[in-house]
Amino acid sequence: MELRSKVPSGPLAEQWERHRAEIKLVNPANKLKHRIIVVGSGLAGASAAASLAELGYNVSCFCFQDSARRAHSIAAQGGINAAKNYQNDGDSVFRLFYDTVKGGDFRAREANVYRLAQISVNIIDQCVAQGVPFAREYGGLLANRSFGGVQVSRTFYARGQTGQQLLLGAYQALSRQIGLSKVTMYPRSEMLDLVVVDGRARGIIVRDLVSGRVSAHGGDAVVLATGGYSNVYYLSTNAKGCNVTAIWRAHKRGAAFANPCFTQIHPTCIPVTGHHQAKLTLMSESLRNDGRIWVPRRKGDTRSPNEIPDDERDYYLERLYPSYGNLAPRDIASRRAKEVCDEGRGVGPGGHGVYLDFRDAIARLGREVIAERYGNLFEMYQRITAENPFAAPMRIYPAPHYTMGGLWVDYNLMTTIDGLYAIGEANYSDHGANRLGASALMQGLADGYFILPYTIGDYLAQVKLDQLDTAHPAFRRTQAEVSDRVNKLVAAGGRKSVDAFHRELGRLLWDNCGMSRAAAGLQEARDRICVLREEFWRDVYVGGTGEDFNQTLEHAGRVADFLEFAELMCHDALHREESCGCHFREEYQTPEGEAKRDDARFGYVAAWEFAGVGVAPVLHREPLEFATVHPAQRSYT
Amino acid sequence: MKVTLHVWRQAGPAAPGRFVRYDMTDVSPDMSFLEMLDVLNQQLIARREEPIAFDHDCREGICGACGMVINGRPHGPQRATTACQLHMRTFPDGAELWIEPWRARAFPLIKDLVVDRGALDRIVQAGGFITVRTGSAPEANAIPVPKRDADLAMDAAACIGCGACVAACPNASAMLFVAAKVSHLGLLPQGQPERSTRVANLVAQMDAEGFGACTNHGECMAACPKEISIDFIARLNRDYIKAAISHEG
Repeated sequence: MELRSKVPSGPLAEQWERHRAEIKLVNPANKLKHRIIVVGSGLAGASAAASLAELGYNVSCFCFQDSARRAHSIAAQGGINAAKNYQNDGDSVFRLFYDTVKGGDFRAREANVYRLAQISVNIIDQCVAQGVPFAREYGGLLANRSFGGVQVSRTFYARGQTGQQLLLGAYQALSRQIGLSKVTMYPRSEMLDLVVVDGRARGIIVRDLVSGRVSAHGGDAVVLATGGYSNVYYLSTNAKGCNVTAIWRAHKRGAAFANPCFTQIHPTCIPVTGHHQAKLTLMSESLRNDGRIWVPRRKGDTRSPNEIPDDERDYYLERLYPSYGNLAPRDIASRRAKEVCDEGRGVGPGGHGVYLDFRDAIARLGREVIAERYGNLFEMYQRITAENPFAAPMRIYPAPHYTMGGLWVDYNLMTTIDGLYAIGEANYSDHGANRLGASALMQGLADGYFILPYTIGDYLAQVKLDQLDTAHPAFRRTQAEVSDRVNKLVAAGGRKSVDAFHRELGRLLWDNCGMSRAAAGLQEARDRICVLREEFWRDVYVGGTGEDFNQTLEHAGRVADFLEFAELMCHDALHREESCGCHFREEYQTPEGEAKRDDARFGYVAAWEFAGVGVAPVLHREPLEFATVHPAQRSYT
Repeated sequence: MKVTLHVWRQAGPAAPGRFVRYDMTDVSPDMSFLEMLDVLNQQLIARREEPIAFDHDCREGICGACGMVINGRPHGPQRATTACQLHMRTFPDGAELWIEPWRARAFPLIKDLVVDRGALDRIVQAGGFITVRTGSAPEANAIPVPKRDADLAMDAAACIGCGACVAACPNASAMLFVAAKVSHLGLLPQGQPERSTRVANLVAQMDAEGFGACTNHGECMAACPKEISIDFIARLNRDYIKAAISHEG
């Protein structure tokens, strides 16, 4: 396996334009002859499918949800970044690029991030034209707010439902193409394997979740837009259905998996209430614009928050990071929350919580302004906790939220399998070791609207693809393997439920490969995952049949893949003997408790090649070269 | 707390359905309604019985996947709350709950509490969009939108497409869903060129899908987890009539 990043030469600011001028085009008549498979219908998948169809390609789009509109991008609350500089506060493409590279703790590829910052401005234009109702000022122009890790206001938003509105924009563009019969949509359909013919991705195997029918679908290229894998922790802010299956199966067919241990633990989520907990709920980072985070100075202080006077409160982010304060980046804010709770100063049941307090903002701006900015978030908090954030501070705690790791891709967003692309959260590309707020929506839409539709043409224009149909032996073989696996799961007559295995795996990872990691814990977790995986195949109980709507079976397939993937995650975390961004190895920290990078040894992307289940994967390194920014110890003080 | 559930069980579209009673003990008031069903399903799996099928995904009240009628009310008794955000503390200890799927001709049943809401997608495909090719958009601030219009458009755009409005309506009408889309796009300057064709196409598709007509019951607004106002239905009717008499539709 060879990693060729295909980054264009020349000055950073001119690379994308030059690349677009140089890549091959497919003529309009020939576009009509190609079929492209897009898996996933979130921001990246829906925008790619719609844009490809507009160009003339035939598209088949698959999602496991009952409608393309339900993809988990819809849950993004806070906003989307763009270097418009509408606020005249000194923002620029370069600054957005710089903030993102620095925020990612210098573990992302410069060329990709610069391109992302350039494209950010086009995204806003596109979405406004589609009718996305962004927040506006009284003069009718677009409003902005600020987000963590930056000192400008560049975030566009639609109340607390930015992801929903952007996704509906993409979904509507996709719907238009479905109506024009340029896209065939397959809802309630889950991709269970990738078909590779002569080293090229040529199709997928899909299970219809209603009938249980397993079928093969062929195409000239396959695009995976299947999101992230935070649900490997069981409890996360992701939707219940989010999973690693599509990218994991692609990995097993030859796609390198990059930086799997880079998982973002978001600082502001509603704490766990009990064993019944099925998922965690995020409270938008935008709340940190006006909310102040604190814990009592004294350990075990059980007074109600409003009874604790100011001089007995520790506004620890403001104390430690005076210039960024409560808007410190996510990895840092999460780690510090864990630290104060581990010291015994956490609040709420079990001491796993810190306060996010709006008292001062309400006094300064009035209740109405706060309600206008965060009303729906406050209501959501109150519905879940039965506590009113206007009267008492919110309690929050970090939770798994986003995964920076994903399939390795080159500058064209192609994986190490020819003709297989990964876009959005499913790839590893732009966020390094930590993603800044309001950057996921930007990346998903940049990939789907403005990058992939160009770069995929470069591939299709150059390859000679044989005509083949799904009767080809490679399709038949892969389909038979998928059916065997489904049958094996249904037949498993063990004693333990799928859910029990998932919870156990999640706990193991949260304790050992979560907010802080150490060699001993990672080794132990890796060993225990192997044992758990063997136990799963020996002792799991699924029930029902494969030829039916069977949600336990869906879950079982996903957990089986998580059990293989989790081992890679720990392996990656163990090998990276440094701390960077979200990846905090206890052995490698500064005296102040900040992440201590080792650029000389680990200034690379770790791309892993699959070697077999339970077999040590093969490491390939893509060195990261920083020609424009100079990696430094991140400082937010 | 304890609750008694009567859950609609139906193996498939052609199979007969019936209510099955389940008695639950040790229910935590902090559980969401769906977490309570998760716990029940784990108990059913442990007893080798088939778990209850129900749609759900984000569990944050935004994806629109979940939906069930609880004691006769779509998404249950709490105002502006989806089933996934409903918490057991809403109910008294010992409550008796009847749980059913959305019932409408345009939403064929798949299994237990799961129905096919593809009709709503097909309505959007018929014209619930603004035609803009990727890359052809003008600079975003070239189109000022009065804040009041943008806010009102956002009120309509908040629809999550769950179908509660259809389930609540005695006529199983999708008027609130269609009105929300027509209003969201029709309130914005970007949506003007296709305003007449859009409303005509959406209404035609709504009728073709077998949804009923609106007779102003207002149940849809009461059931809507996003509190979308029936004022938008008035807006839809006005746009529809205008399109019809101007022959632009």
